[in-house]
Amino acid sequence: MAARKLAPLGPNGGAEDSLAKTNAFFRKKTLVLFAMVVAFFVINGVSGAFVEFDFVSAAVDVPAGIVWMLSEFAPSASSLEYLDSIMPALGSTILASVASSCIAAVFSFILAVLGSRSVGIGGPMALIVRAIASIFRNIPVVAWALVLLFSFKQSEFTGFLALFLTSFGYLTRCFLETIDEMSTGPIEALRATGATYFQIVVQAVIPMSVTSVISWVLYMIETNIRDATLVGILTGTGIGFVFDVYYKSFRYDVAGLTLVTIVIVVIACETLSNYIRRRIM
Amino acid sequence: MTDKGNLLEVRGLTKCYKGDVKALDNVSIDVRRGEFVTIIGASGAGKSTLLRCINRLIEPTTGTVAFDGREMTTLGKHDLRLARQRISMIFQHYNLVYRMTAIENVLHGRLGYKSTLAGALGLYSEDEKALAFKVLDQVGLSDFAYTRTDQLSGGQKQRVGIARALVQEPLLMLCDEPIASLDPKSSRTVMERLRWVADELNIACLVNLHQVDFALEFSDRIIGLAKGKKVFEGTPDEVNEEVVHEVYGDIDIEGLPGDRMVPTIVQADVAGGTAGASSTGVA
Repeated sequence: MAARKLAPLGPNGGAEDSLAKTNAFFRKKTLVLFAMVVAFFVINGVSGAFVEFDFVSAAVDVPAGIVWMLSEFAPSASSLEYLDSIMPALGSTILASVASSCIAAVFSFILAVLGSRSVGIGGPMALIVRAIASIFRNIPVVAWALVLLFSFKQSEFTGFLALFLTSFGYLTRCFLETIDEMSTGPIEALRATGATYFQIVVQAVIPMSVTSVISWVLYMIETNIRDATLVGILTGTGIGFVFDVYYKSFRYDVAGLTLVTIVIVVIACETLSNYIRRRIM
Repeated sequence: MTDKGNLLEVRGLTKCYKGDVKALDNVSIDVRRGEFVTIIGASGAGKSTLLRCINRLIEPTTGTVAFDGREMTTLGKHDLRLARQRISMIFQHYNLVYRMTAIENVLHGRLGYKSTLAGALGLYSEDEKALAFKVLDQVGLSDFAYTRTDQLSGGQKQRVGIARALVQEPLLMLCDEPIASLDPKSSRTVMERLRWVADELNIACLVNLHQVDFALEFSDRIIGLAKGKKVFEGTPDEVNEEVVHEVYGDIDIEGLPGDRMVPTIVQADVAGGTAGASSTGVA
């Protein structure tokens, strides 16, 4: 295994030749880049003209738009009085998000264990579980809310159910991946001791997957608080409804305050879940 | 304890995977109580399949396995669970639940004895806990009872694996490459523990090994497998160059028989994993 003597990488004596080659190479690069920039502006101009989008006037309008938005939506001193009506709605939205994520997690985990390729019950179950997860996950939460409105009317429960169903699909998918990535060794070892299926799930599968399950549930709660605002507008509940009401009654300052509270909650939730994740990992 | 009859009688064991591939081809072996038997063979020779057919982690295609006077291959789900109580197993990769402490992992060995619910909830009796601490002490890890197993070294992990096997109060221990992932010093500790298990506790050990030198040193009897067939059976004294050639195929072996210095060349096979019998000509 002695180090082999390396052969020279190229034919010697071609220094001038290779210099010319290098120059040609970089000239070509510059030309290609230039052509790409020109093409970008041409395509942009043509398609912009087609939809009557004028980049220049848009660029001029944007600062004015932002100024208008800031001045109208900035929470005013008088809007603070409305905090009393915002906070309960915010609270119910947070609780609905937490509840929908946690309850979905329970069902998802059971389904994911049964349907996983490594510890599942086998047969067609793996396919069935994946199909269920895929259906619930790929219907957007807004579509669920609109569909469920017919059956359950404008209520907290409709919003909860819409969040629950999407969370359920999403978490099932995540848990399936988590469980299938797990090492199957301990499961085999417990099987060899004579442990039953349920014992194996509780004593090995859950301990091995619990941290990433918690991590996914925290992520789901964050997502659901964001989505709950949109769902609330549709189902007439929670913080989304509050925002909608003030927005439509031209109290933009109060609507703005509502937005600020939502942003604060989402950031707080993200910080908290990052902290928890660091602690458990 | 004085009964030196056959604890395990395997007859004509064959395992076919899809199609005609025979992982095991008509293998018959006997193991007496408290006997230390080593199975040597290249990767893919069927060693792991053989062990797993005994406790039916893998279902054999044909053949019979009589363990402690009971036929294993025809047992129903419930009876299989009872039979597995007395057959324990340790693994190359230890197969511990790393998020749990050593003592919790050891107690997993009792699951086969417990009702589903009590086992799942980890409701072990005082006697079982006392036994768990005793076996943990026997493998020299009593100080690490409450240490999470991912904090332990490889050798310590394997000793937790042995403790989990011992807490089953087994008659037979199946050891699947117990030292293949360990350094030489830890390997020796683990092998000495296993030999002690056979001698002092009268628990038969059936051990898959890659390291011929360890097999020669520790075994009562050695069985050679090649391509699913038993090609050798005898005492360590009977292992010679010819035997090793038959088991491992064409590799250079120096110092055999005589001084028993089998080069570690066969260990290179460990890295080959499941590459199959063809990977033996590593030298």
